Amino acid sequence: MSNGNVKVAILGDYAMQFLERSLRTAAKREGWKMDVHTADYGTTDMELIDGQSALYSHEPDFIVWHESTLALRDRFYSTAEDERPAFAERYIERLKGHLDRLAALRPGCKVVFPNHAALFEDNVFGHYGNRLPFSWQYQAGKINHLLNELASSTDNLIPLHARPAGHEAGVTDYSLVVNADLHYTLPYLDWLAGSVMGILRSQKGRFKKCVVLDLDNTLWGGIIGDDGIEGIQVGSLGIGKAFTRLQKWLKELSRRGIILAVCSKNDEEVARQPFLRHAEMVLRLDDISVFVANWESKADNIARIRQILNIGYDSMVFLDDNPAEREIVRQHLPEVAVPELPEDPAYYLPHLISLNLFETPSHSRTDADRTRQYQEESRRQQLAQSVTNMDEFLESLQMQAKVNSFEEHDVERISQLTLRSNQFNLRTVRYGVAEVRRIMQDPSYETFSVELSDRFGNYGLISLVIAKVSDEGQAFIDTWIMSCRVLKRTVESLLFNHVAERLRSRGVGVLEGEYLPTEKNRLVSDLLPRLGFTHVGEGRYSIDIHQAGPLPTKITIIGKDDL
Amino acid sequence: MEKTISDLLPVFREVLEDDDIVVNEDSTAKDVPGWDSLNHIYIVVGIESKFKVKFTSSEIQGWKCVGDILADLNRKS
Repeated sequence: MSNGNVKVAILGDYAMQFLERSLRTAAKREGWKMDVHTADYGTTDMELIDGQSALYSHEPDFIVWHESTLALRDRFYSTAEDERPAFAERYIERLKGHLDRLAALRPGCKVVFPNHAALFEDNVFGHYGNRLPFSWQYQAGKINHLLNELASSTDNLIPLHARPAGHEAGVTDYSLVVNADLHYTLPYLDWLAGSVMGILRSQKGRFKKCVVLDLDNTLWGGIIGDDGIEGIQVGSLGIGKAFTRLQKWLKELSRRGIILAVCSKNDEEVARQPFLRHAEMVLRLDDISVFVANWESKADNIARIRQILNIGYDSMVFLDDNPAEREIVRQHLPEVAVPELPEDPAYYLPHLISLNLFETPSHSRTDADRTRQYQEESRRQQLAQSVTNMDEFLESLQMQAKVNSFEEHDVERISQLTLRSNQFNLRTVRYGVAEVRRIMQDPSYETFSVELSDRFGNYGLISLVIAKVSDEGQAFIDTWIMSCRVLKRTVESLLFNHVAERLRSRGVGVLEGEYLPTEKNRLVSDLLPRLGFTHVGEGRYSIDIHQAGPLPTKITIIGKDDL
Repeated sequence: MEKTISDLLPVFREVLEDDDIVVNEDSTAKDVPGWDSLNHIYIVVGIESKFKVKFTSSEIQGWKCVGDILADLNRKS
């Protein structure tokens, strides 16, 4: 699937044409080409079990599988009393069976599954039902919990939390249920379609990585330049609680791996004071990766922040209470997400939560280190300014690397690199965790990962190659990815040397590669020719690795090395 | 104020995505191209939200032609 081109199948047990239409509308609005197959309702089990079904011939990238909560409740009501305590477990067993089969029949296909968080009360026992294992409310809650548990250990399930935050529209209209077998209102289905699109977007590598924050009246109440450190409202003063709660949430985002940057019209020294000295500030300078405070245009400053972080404008969110500043940024940088902020700061946070801006396709522990990594990067950039040429700079970094085959403890990170990397990515093939494991176990693949560190810190695992070896003594570069944080550090030369050497020792003579262009990976359009490959056809390259001498690098190999 | 066909027409045209569509009080779903059971629901919901009314299930099921919709609408507003 190329960007913006996606095959989706819809499964469900109510009048699904309405969800299909909402989803088509949502996709069209974003300029996506979505090819949709909607199964006749009530055929879910058959479509999933039968490998020849219309579902499988459609070859979907994603399945949106929406089981009506009302229909589920009806099924619960017709379940014998003594079987009710096991209702949730049975339900999840059925789901798991289908997901396992799907993983075998259509590897890589993901299921977006709205959970049963909406419409979940029946109040047959009132709130007392929450303590009765045989009540609907108890079992519905258990289903939602077991769904999350199943998803955490399954590669192809993405539960969608079906209860919209801050959404006013009713979830269901019982008149439509009776008249049209439509179990949800049209506005709710539009919301659901929007949520599905958010998940699909993130699965295809489009998601937010950074929040750029204004300060005065956005992060605290009042104006630091006028009100001074005692006068700004954060914590107990005035409406400070609203700002404290927002800061706590931003801190959670940063803990998760979202980069926080500051862009404020202020004198830098003045703007830094609250972060250093205000006792009730939740956010501190350590939490901010890039701090820009001056009197220049915010659009220019955001451009500067983008350059330092080396990310796309479309992965940035800009928060500012001032409508004029928001408008300027929207006009100059249309790709940056600039949400409206309500007039009353008390509603900043619930509004931002309801927008669900930070959908993600993956998570690994290294995400949380990102703030520290970008701070190290600022120090590297300072060093770069103090040296006169590139070689001198690279040598002064004192880089060290380990090159290994993929290892079990890196599987999450490796999958994540394939999901997140858009720029230095030769073929943009996305791999889930299970697929990475499959490749590791398949002896026809050779895998390479690079961990890099320098005198300023540890980058972690930042580059990988997956090579597929054929019986005829040839190999093909299935995947070559590198984090853009280590561009121009000669990592690609180092990695090429290792790939060539290991493949040579396996008896491979010819290494082939391919560049598959996307909107974002122009960076690697000349990667293979730069490494000495010969152009042999449309996007295809080849090199005789017996002839390829080692390329020069500025990196020392350390530690375990499986060469 | 009494609602007429010309008040309903925009809803039909928007849902059926056809600005040339014409309906009168005697029109039934069979007479109007594109008015199938799916679009019927969008028309009902469209009329309800435009005129801020809510039809009951038995009203909806009792409709035979556009005139019936109009009559129920005028009884409510």
